[in-house]
Formats: sequence, structure tokens, C-alpha cells
Amino acid sequence: MPDSKTPKRRSSLWKIQGDLDDRSRRILWVLSFGVPLLLWAMISYVPWIWHPLVEVRDPGDVSWFTPGLRVEKDGFDRANSLETARGQKPATGVPANPVFLPAPHQVAVALVTSFTTAPRLKEERWLHEEMWHSIQIIFWGFFLSSLVGVPLGILCGAIPAVTRLSEPFIEFFRYLPAPAFGALCVAILGINDAPKIAIIFIGTFFQQVLVIANTVRRVEPSLVEAAQTLGAKPRQLLWRVVLPASIADIYTDQRVLLGWAWTYLIVAELIGTSSGITYFINLQAKYRQYDNVMAAILLIGIVGLGGDLVFAWIGRRLFPWRKDAKPGFFRRRKTAALAAAAEEVFA
Amino acid sequence: MSDDPSFSKPPLPDDASRERLDRMKGRESVLEVRDLGKTFESAQGPVEALRGVSFSVHRREFLCVVGASGCGKSTLIRILAGLEEKTSGEVLVDGHPVDGPGRDRGMVFQGYTLFPWLTVLRNVAFGLEMGGSGRSTAETDAGEWIELVGLKGFEEKYPHQLSGGMKQRVAIARSLAAGPRVLLMDEPFGALDAQTRSQMQAHLLQIWKNVDITIVFITHDLDEAIFLSDRILVLDPRPGRVREHIEVPVPRPRLFAQVPTPVFQGTRAHLDHLIHPPLPTPKVERIPMVRLTVVGDEVE
Repeated sequence: MPDSKTPKRRSSLWKIQGDLDDRSRRILWVLSFGVPLLLWAMISYVPWIWHPLVEVRDPGDVSWFTPGLRVEKDGFDRANSLETARGQKPATGVPANPVFLPAPHQVAVALVTSFTTAPRLKEERWLHEEMWHSIQIIFWGFFLSSLVGVPLGILCGAIPAVTRLSEPFIEFFRYLPAPAFGALCVAILGINDAPKIAIIFIGTFFQQVLVIANTVRRVEPSLVEAAQTLGAKPRQLLWRVVLPASIADIYTDQRVLLGWAWTYLIVAELIGTSSGITYFINLQAKYRQYDNVMAAILLIGIVGLGGDLVFAWIGRRLFPWRKDAKPGFFRRRKTAALAAAAEEVFA
Repeated sequence: MSDDPSFSKPPLPDDASRERLDRMKGRESVLEVRDLGKTFESAQGPVEALRGVSFSVHRREFLCVVGASGCGKSTLIRILAGLEEKTSGEVLVDGHPVDGPGRDRGMVFQGYTLFPWLTVLRNVAFGLEMGGSGRSTAETDAGEWIELVGLKGFEEKYPHQLSGGMKQRVAIARSLAAGPRVLLMDEPFGALDAQTRSQMQAHLLQIWKNVDITIVFITHDLDEAIFLSDRILVLDPRPGRVREHIEVPVPRPRLFAQVPTPVFQGTRAHLDHLIHPPLPTPKVERIPMVRLTVVGDEVE
């Protein structure tokens, strides 16, 4: 325990490498969201920052003004000076931002209302319904991609023959942009969810194989050599050395790749029948309800970041041998028994 | 110094040591190396790493291989382990030629090669399971090996929770548990601090005394070689060849108190004489522009 008399040393903010103390870390975490939010709030609420338009409050005698209309500052002044010259009543207004930049509170309200008020048309779906639909698309696309991509990536990384056979083609294919396959996917798979899942699959699969193969290739060769001198045969080397040596890093790779899947989601949802969060965003933009648009974009961020935090939390408990490990979900004996059972199945 | 006749031969062993060495040489040879050669292909053309290396190691012998850097010590031991392919010659274990790695030749590496995802117990049980032992038998046996290397109570720890010395003890236990005929050790204590290193040397001798194992130990530390081994194989560099096969005259049991004795230091001087050629006297033709000494702080 540190002596209570010695002052607790705070780490310098300019230090290179290593990590900061808990308090600085927490403060910086808050700031990392706080600073962009503050900028947004300043642009929205401080009237002399930006605000290129004027929102009409009282149209006065200007015939083409209506309350709530946003007009250019020049236009507003010209109309008013015309009216004043004619001895008519001028309009009044307040500085405003364009409609596509709603203020933070408007977006917050929109986010809440989207869960409380029904959509304006009967066939339209709630924000959370569209979101849930998108999450399902992501899940199936990523799940199917991983089902093939992870084992193939591991084999590629471990067995040179598999690398030579598959990587040249995969390297070629990953340069073909996934969206380019949209029309093809619709022609083959119809117009519903199948082509969307296919786009996510194409977008992540090839990257996945290459990234995971690379991770597996980084396994310390001396671990494999040590196992060989202990009598391990190729199949045992794969299952009992290469796989466990890389599994924790593969898990981290998967978290990064899931981020890629979200990027392809937006493209995927534009093809075939419109659905999902992208459809919601496009529809709200047509209604010029940019607060709803921002709310939907924000929701994607929250779901994405939230998911990643959950996976990171799980990751710290899945691999008890890592230095940053937290107490696992299972007692070790149980995990070991599971691993042994898996080995028997594969042996 | 190189012409000093007193260093051209190691000191003679006393009678007890003479008898012990003769008894050892009377035992069957476990590992035999015949005319081993190794040539690497490089972009600059072939590089000969080993040429005509022959020696044999008797059962329960402790052999150290020393040599200047670049003499092919590590290449030699990697070939013995089957991790590197030989270009010519033969390696025989119990009279049978071997090729590729196998359980009959255990290896302890300089770097830490414990499996980080396995506990100490599971690490040591690894080789036993590869040999076909069931899980529970393997773990019971592993427990005994862990006790032998003095790590009882650490069975459920992960490698990252251990110190460097402890990791190497586990590595030794893991290799021995697999039941090898020969234990190959490639500078296993090279990464340890001086104090831990001495402890590990004493500890290794203790283990060797209790286990029927033949050891081939690579090191560049001459004191370590003399302290540990029955015989020392001295290699010449570029290409690696056998320079001399020295029988260590220092009596057993070995103690650190023997280090200052004449027989120890005489052996040491002989090894030094073999490995380190006399340095050429540097000829200063021009005084360097930048003198690293303070003016007036001249040294002899």
C-alpha cells in the first residue's frame, strides 16, 4: 500500500506511452464526448455563431413570409426595407441555423418522441422497429461471414498451402466494392432481406479471412516449436497451440470487423425493398425532419458503441490468461472440461 | 598469452573425478552425432554454419557446448531437436537415426515458450497428453514434476504471473515430463539476472541428480559450462567445427565455493585460450577528431 503521507502522483498529460491514472482517464473520457457536444451546442444556441438565416416570427405585411419560415438574412432585410419604405409593417425574426442542423435538445426530444409517438402513416414503422430490423441484417450477415471466414482465416494463417491456394483470389476479390454487387444480389436473391445480408457478407468476409490469417500468422513460432519437441503432431499443433494462441486476438479482430459490417449496412439497405434504419433516415429527410434523422444516426452510434463495449467486457472474462483478464464467467474447471469435450469432438 | 604452455591443456582431474568420468564414458551413448554439416542458402550465396561435427553423449552425461558467437551453437542444437534440417551427417538417439522433432528430445529455449493460455499444471501436462496419457493421469504426473522443480502451490497460476526463473523451471518440468531421452537446453538462463542464474544452475544440477536424463546445454558463459558439465564441447566459428572435447576436472558435487579453486580457474583459462584469440593491438594512425576524454584526463 502506498504511504498515505506521500501525495498521489498525477500523471502528466503529455507523457508518451503507458497509461494515465484513473481520474485523468475518466475526465478525458467525459471530455471526449463533452467537447463535440459543447461545439454543437455553441453553434446551435449562441446566436452570433454561424446562424446564417432568419426565422420569421411575425410576418408583418410581407406577403410571402409565414411564421417559422427560414430565409436568408439579405432577403429578410431587403423585404423589410421595402415594406418600411412603403410605410407598411416590417416582419420580425430571430437568427436561425438551416433546418438540417437541429439543436441538441431537439434531437434529444426527437429521440424520445420516436419511442412514444406512432409514425405518421400506418405502413411506416417505429424507429426501434427499423433499428431492430437493421440489427438482424447485421447479425445474419456477420454470422454467416464468420461461420466461413473465421475457420478459413485460421487455416490460411496456419497452413501455408491453404494460404497459397486461397489468398491470391481473396486479395483480388476484396478490391471489388461490395456495393457493386447490389444489382447482382437482387437478381439472384430477390428483393427482401437476403441480398442485404449478402452485401454485408461480401463486405466483411474477404477482409475477415485476411485479417484473421494475419493474426494467426503472428503466433510466436517458438510456441509451435516447443510443442513439436513435446511430441505434438500437426493436427494437435493446430487445435492445441495455434488456435488457443491466437483466439483472444481473433476475438479482438472480430470486434473491429463488426464495425465494418455496420458501414456496409447503409449500402445494403439501399438495395431491393427499402427497410431498416437507412429507410427511416431517408424517409425523415424527405419530410425535412432532420431532428429525426439526427436521432436515428445517434441511435446507430449508441447501438454500435454499446455493442462494442459489451463485447470488450465479455472479452476480458473469456480469456483468463490475459493480463487484463477479469474473473471469468465459468469456474476454470468447467471451461477446461468444455475445451476437453470440444477437443474430443474434433480429434 | 596464447603461447603460454600452462593454458594449452586443462588441469588434470583428481582420481575420484577421473574414475567418475571413466564410468560415464563406459555407459552407452544416448545421442550420437556423425559428421554433421549445415549450409544455409542466403541471398549472398551459401553460408556454411557447421562442418563435420561429430560427438557422442553418454547416458546421464551433462555436456555443455561453448564457442564464440557465430560458431553455430544454436544451429547445432536446433538440428539435434529436429527444428532445423541438416545438410549432411546423422543424428542418432539410442542408435536410431532421427529426423524432425520428437518426444525423445526435449528442448528448453532461451526465450519463454510456456503456453500463455495454460496454467502451470496444464503446461506441464501438455507433453504427457501428447504422449497419449489421459487428462487426469497427465495432471497427476505433472503435479509431481512441478514438485520436483520446487513450484508446488503454483499449479493454477498462469505464466504471466511467474518470474523469469520460475518460468524456466516450469519449462524444464514440462520438457522432462514428456519423458525425453535427451534434454536439449539452448542458453536457458541467458535472459535471467546473475543471481537467479546461479540459483537456477544449482537447481538444474539438483534435478539432473534425481532424474535419469542426459543433458546437452548450450551457453556462452564459460563459468556456467564448467560449473554444470562433465564434458565441454568447444566449437570454432565460421564454419562451426569441433575444436576440442574437454573433460571437466572439477570434482562433483559442484559448489559455488569451487569457482576460485585452481582446478576451476585453470579450466577456465584453458577455455578462454581456446575461444578468445589474442586481440590484435589496435594501431592508431591518426588521432580522432573527437576525443572522448576530458583534456588532461589522460589514461594509460
